[in-house]
Parts: sequence; C-alpha cells; structure tokens
Amino acid sequence: MSGIPHDHYEPKSKGAKWVESRLPVIGLVYDTIMIPTPKNLNWWWIWGIVLAFCLVMQIVTGIVLVMHYTPHVDLAFASIEHIMRDVNGGHMLRYLHMNGASLFFLAVYIHIFRGLFYGSYKAPREVTWIIGMIIYLLMMATGFMGYVLPWGQMSFWGATVITGLFGAIPFVGESLQTFLLGGPAVDNATLNRFFSLHYLLPFVIAGLVIVHIWAFHTTGNNNPTGVDVRKGSKEEAEKDTLPFWPYFVIKDLFALSLILVVFFAVVGFMPNYLGHPDNYIEANALATPAHIVPEWYFLPFYAILRAFTADVWVVMFTSWITGGIIDAKFFGVLAMFGAIIVMALVPWLDTSRVRSGRFRPMFKWWFYLLVIDFIVLMWCGAMPAEPPFSTISLIGSAYWFAYFLVILPILGVIEKPTTPPATIEEDFEAHYGKPAE
Amino acid sequence: MLKKLSIAAVAALSLTAGGAMAAGGESHVHDVDFSFEGPFGKFDQNQLQRGLQVYTEVCAACHGLRYVPIRTLADEGGPHLPEDQVRAYAAQNFEVFDAELDDFRPATPTDFFPESGLEGAPDLSMMAKARAGFHGPMGLGINQFLKGMGGPEYIASILTGYTGKEKEEAGTTFYENTAFPGGWIAMAPPLFEDQLEFADGHSNDPHHVAEDVSAFLMWAAEPKMMARKQAGFIGVLFLTILTVLLYLTNKKLWAPIKGKKFEV
Repeated sequence: MSGIPHDHYEPKSKGAKWVESRLPVIGLVYDTIMIPTPKNLNWWWIWGIVLAFCLVMQIVTGIVLVMHYTPHVDLAFASIEHIMRDVNGGHMLRYLHMNGASLFFLAVYIHIFRGLFYGSYKAPREVTWIIGMIIYLLMMATGFMGYVLPWGQMSFWGATVITGLFGAIPFVGESLQTFLLGGPAVDNATLNRFFSLHYLLPFVIAGLVIVHIWAFHTTGNNNPTGVDVRKGSKEEAEKDTLPFWPYFVIKDLFALSLILVVFFAVVGFMPNYLGHPDNYIEANALATPAHIVPEWYFLPFYAILRAFTADVWVVMFTSWITGGIIDAKFFGVLAMFGAIIVMALVPWLDTSRVRSGRFRPMFKWWFYLLVIDFIVLMWCGAMPAEPPFSTISLIGSAYWFAYFLVILPILGVIEKPTTPPATIEEDFEAHYGKPAE
Repeated sequence: MLKKLSIAAVAALSLTAGGAMAAGGESHVHDVDFSFEGPFGKFDQNQLQRGLQVYTEVCAACHGLRYVPIRTLADEGGPHLPEDQVRAYAAQNFEVFDAELDDFRPATPTDFFPESGLEGAPDLSMMAKARAGFHGPMGLGINQFLKGMGGPEYIASILTGYTGKEKEEAGTTFYENTAFPGGWIAMAPPLFEDQLEFADGHSNDPHHVAEDVSAFLMWAAEPKMMARKQAGFIGVLFLTILTVLLYLTNKKLWAPIKGKKFEV
C-alpha cells in the first residue's frame, strides 16, 4: 500500500495461508500498522491517535446514550435528566460524551494547525488534506446537531440562529430553511431529523477516516523537516523510518494517556465548564436568552459570520454591485463558509516549494499570527456583537482571508527559505546522535 | 513552535468560558465557601437535610422540583434519609394526581416532586446549574475547578440580596435585589428571622438558611456529584499510572534508536 519500500506480510502457517489466499485481511492489517514512519516525527504528530480515540469514544458513549434518550420536544429534556439521575453511570456517560466533543475539536484544531505549519497539505498529500477538511465539516455538523438534542434553551436558540443562516441565501433561502427544519420553525421534526443525522454522520466520518489514513499511507507521512523519505531501496528507507508498531503506537499511546488524565479531571471535577448554564433550562420558543452563544469550537467562524455587518464598505460595495442580492446577512454566511473553503484550498494557494515552516523564516511569523488570530476570533465570537469586538472581529476575519489568499501566494515568491537537511536520518541524528550499534 | 502553540491551545480552551461569561448581568453574587466545592468537596448531609426542610416549608409553596424523584432523598451522596422517613415525608407534604384513581392521593417515594404551583415561578430542579455566578478570572471561568460555577452562590445571593425597596409596574410588585440581573425581581423576600427551627439546632439566621437551601438545590441539580468526583479520581489515578508505565515503555523502546542507554 505504501510507496515506501518495506517488508510485506508472508503467511507462514497453513491456516494463515488459507485465509490470506481467500481474503488478504491479515496482510492488510500488517501493512497498515507496520507502515514505515519517519523517525523524526515530533509531539505534534500525536493528535491523529487522539482523534481516532475520540471518534470511537463518542460513538460508544453515544450508542449507549441513545438507549435512554427520547427525541421528542416534550420528552427530550426530561430524558436527559433521566440519564443524569436514574441510568446507572448515566451521568458519567453523558459528561464523557459532552466533553468528548470538546476534546475532539481541540484535537482537530491542533491537528489542522500542525498540518498548516509543516506543509502537510502540499503535494502529494492534497487528497489527504481535502478528505480531512470534509471530515472537519462533518464534525461541525455532527457537533452542532448533537448540541440541539438535549433541547435546552441554547440548543433551541442555537438551532434557530444557525438554520437561519440558510434562510439568508437569496431566492431559495426560505424554502431551503423550511426544508432543513421540516417546518416553519425549529420544532419536533427538526429535533428528530437532527437526532437521525447525529447518529448517521459519525459513521460517515469513520468511513472517511479510513480513506484519510489510506491516502497518507499511500504517500507516507509528512515529517517536521518536510523532507521526503528516501525510497530507492528498502535499506535506504529504513535509515529514515521506523515501523509504526511498536515505535509510534507506544509513543502515541503515552501522549493519549497523558491527555486523558486531564480529560478525566475535567469530566470528574468541572464537567460543565465548557457548557452553557442556559442549556439546563428547557427550550422555550417564547423566551430568547440574553446572549445566544454557540459552542466554543464554532466561535472563530461565528465571529467571522458576525463581523461583516451592513456598515462595512466591502459589504456595501458587494450589495450595491449585486443589486442587493448579496445583503449583509448573506455576505456573513458566505464569509463563514468561505473561511473554511480557503483553508481547504491551501494546497493550491501556497506557492512555496519548501514544505516545512521550520525552514521558512518569514512564513513562520505569519503562521504564528494566524494562530493568534484564530484565538482572538474565538474570543470575539463569545463576546456581544458591539464595539470594540465588532472591529476586532473584522480585522481578525480580514487577516484570516489575507493569510490564505494573499500572504501564502506571495511568500512563496519573495521568501528565501533556509536549507533543510538532506535526509530525515541527518535531522534525527542532529537531535539524538547516531543509534547505538 | 511547541511552546508557543501549547500556550495557544490552553488559551483557546480557556476562552470558551467566555460563553458562560456572556450570561451574567451586573448582578452582585457573593462567594460562599460551600463544602462541595473543588475536587475533594463533598455534600454535607446535615446541610442537605436542613435545606430540604427550607425548600419544603418555604420554597415549595410556589416552586417545583419536577425532575427530582422523591425516592432519591434516600440516596447515598444526598440527604440520605432513612426510607421510612422518605415515605412519611412524601405522604405528609405532597399530593399527586393519579390518573388511575382519577383523583388526588398522597405522594409516594416513587413520585416526583410536584411542578411549580405558582405561574411564573421557575422550577428549581436544575437552578443551581442553570445560573453561573462566577466567570473569572478574566472571564475564563477557570475558578470553576475550585469554586464551582457559582450557581448555589447565585441562589444564596438572590435570597439575601433584597434592599427593601419595592415598585409596582402593570399591577405586579417588584422588589429590588442586588443579585438579580436587572435589579428588580418579582419574588417577594422569602426569608425572615426565626422563620423555622432546625431539628439539629443549627442557626436559623436568614443567611444560613439561604446557604442551606442553596446547597440542597445543588444536590437536586447534580445528585450524582459525589459519584462523579470519585469516578474522576479513579480515572485520573489509573490513567496517571498508565501514563508513567507508557512513558517508561516508550523511553526504553526508543533508547537504542536514539543512541542512549535505558536506565530506570
């Protein structure tokens, strides 16, 4: 499967030969976990395992929660309380699932920014990147719909605001919104379809995760230097790589275990830290909460959505030139989805031939600024939409787009990169010295 | 990069509490040193029993606890009343409508506490989790780890936050309250001196009464808190041991690759 030369599985016993000649599944598993992996991977490469763990944890806890949950507007809120009070271990299951979503998104953001810094999206890994972006979008859809299921105030009003975004699309918006909601407003039909999709999408994600892994097992992992593994011969490749099992499995499990210590402390001692108090009030269509705030992982993009108000000149100009078809609301929606689309297109927007940010002296600073920008936007998303936050959001949004659409294309031309090491082996030995004989 | 981004990640996670921050008004919530705060905090069983008495004699006149089954008063990690007392308590205090009898009958432990009797009076089952009193430091809400998020403090502050001023608007009397967002609340001051007597002889000063009922409502909102903290400790303990073992395994595994000797 991998383009890096390595030993393949040879069935030895009679039984193994029998199975392998009919279904080469042992070989598939062997090749997958024995994939040659660049030996200089640093700690930023552990988040993939954390993500895989999160997906499994969410599916397992979710399936059990479904056994006790009732997707009906009159019963959903009470059924959650039933889980919290009466189901054996139900309170832990629910808190694990609730906070599991946050760990999932924390991991995916670090995973994405790791890719952005080390140029993991660049050829030949564009397909891996695109699949990853689709997984991320599906995660957001799943997370959003999951937050609606407890049928608290923030569930209801979050759903109302977010589905309202589709209503902003010119001409078809209103019918589209009604179609999505299953009626004129967020109601029982909405809750039921969100429940159905919240159950379905994780399995779609699981399928895409397999494709994601398949894609980078074909190209081989990127690594902190961005230098390719030597593929001339097996001996040469072995100088740059180590098999995934046991070296990286143990390393990743150690990191995962450490992260889970913190995770369990949050679940055990402050499980509602990342939630919103209003969601412990049952949904009420007649009482709007003072501030409708989405979950933390949506905040940066929520800030971008709200940044483009009718008094911003770009919005006024666009509205004028399109004869009012693109109004401020629709502009905001386009900006929010656009912010994710430009990120997905980064393999073609980054013109630099050097992969790793380590060897790009100018890029580094712009990248750090992007990380800060992301955090500032997250903070603005949680604040009320008024000065100074609206101005900060606008500057933050502008930088987000500028990074992908202007800075990355130009940097590739004007930047003078430093020289990466010739081989991964050289990089590794520069850190650790030669391996013991 | 590692260090910079780690700081960024922590900051990102902390920022989320901004969401919680947006919920508060300019109300003043005073801190109470409750026994159940922090990872080691436990409910004080006597305090919960006193709080139950306050709820029953004062709050229950208007407010319900519709999500709380009466039988859970006997649960460990809660008021932990003997079962016969729970049975007597249910029968003495509440009547429920029985569809089979087509009539009201005295409540039994398997019934839930009733719903709010007064229109507009919110149900109190999750009140201690549905309000956040603290958002700090700097709106990051991290003090939740040690202090909780201030729900019970909010309740205690409301109960003792009356200034004595009243105003009438559209036929409703509002009472000035320093803890209530907006400053004017429709609930008349519920607590006054020598309102009730506690069997354990504990102070019946309104401040203490407010704290007792707030603690009880925290239990009502989060009845499995003690079990959850225990599970948290077990999780943290075992995962820490696993982490150490994996760290050593990893070190030994990589030692020859990195040209080092492995020593424990």
